[in-house]
Amino acid sequence: MNVRSPADLETALAGLTSPVRLVFFTQTFGCETCLPARQIVDRVATLSNLITVEEYNLVLDKEQAESYRIHRAPAIAVVGAADTGIRFYGVPEGHELVSLVESILLVASGDAGLSDESRARVADVDQPVDIQVFVTPT
Amino acid sequence: MALANEHITAAAVAAAEYPDLVRQYQVTGVPKTVINETGEILGAVPEAAFVDQVIAALGAGSEPPETGETGDVPA
Repeated sequence: MNVRSPADLETALAGLTSPVRLVFFTQTFGCETCLPARQIVDRVATLSNLITVEEYNLVLDKEQAESYRIHRAPAIAVVGAADTGIRFYGVPEGHELVSLVESILLVASGDAGLSDESRARVADVDQPVDIQVFVTPT
Repeated sequence: MALANEHITAAAVAAAEYPDLVRQYQVTGVPKTVINETGEILGAVPEAAFVDQVIAALGAGSEPPETGETGDVPA
């Protein structure tokens, strides 16, 4: 299902069939965007009973931060049956909110949605790859 | 891609909120994709080209970077 605009979010998430956890990392001091990010995460979670939110403090919950390899806040790990390494740093607003919802749907499905050719090529990667995509909300 | 291979992690970074990373990776426009520090993709590209460039970046050979230090967050 394609998500084209925020208005489609609820409809899209109605099709969710597997549980997804949004693991949210906040920071008590020096993080002006942590609260708005958490509010958006909470709003997304209200759209489906299969979405749950866990919150950890980047500084206080070091074990969790290390486990999810999170070094900044606000951060969201989108976790399904397993942690597949999908992260959002910053407030997921505008188009990033759409991306977050699309990630939730992909993680729930377990299918990256790649073409067969891309899937085969990606499957051959046998070393760590860290992809960071810099984005803006619009 | 992260879903398709356990070796791959993928993060969307809100550029406006991380000026230190923007400087570090010389982000002058979005979207900009950084792969293990050595590779970069400017703009949106078709899936096949994206896969090509990610795999090409691996050929440059490097370990994935730390994305920052704990607490290193703009006020």
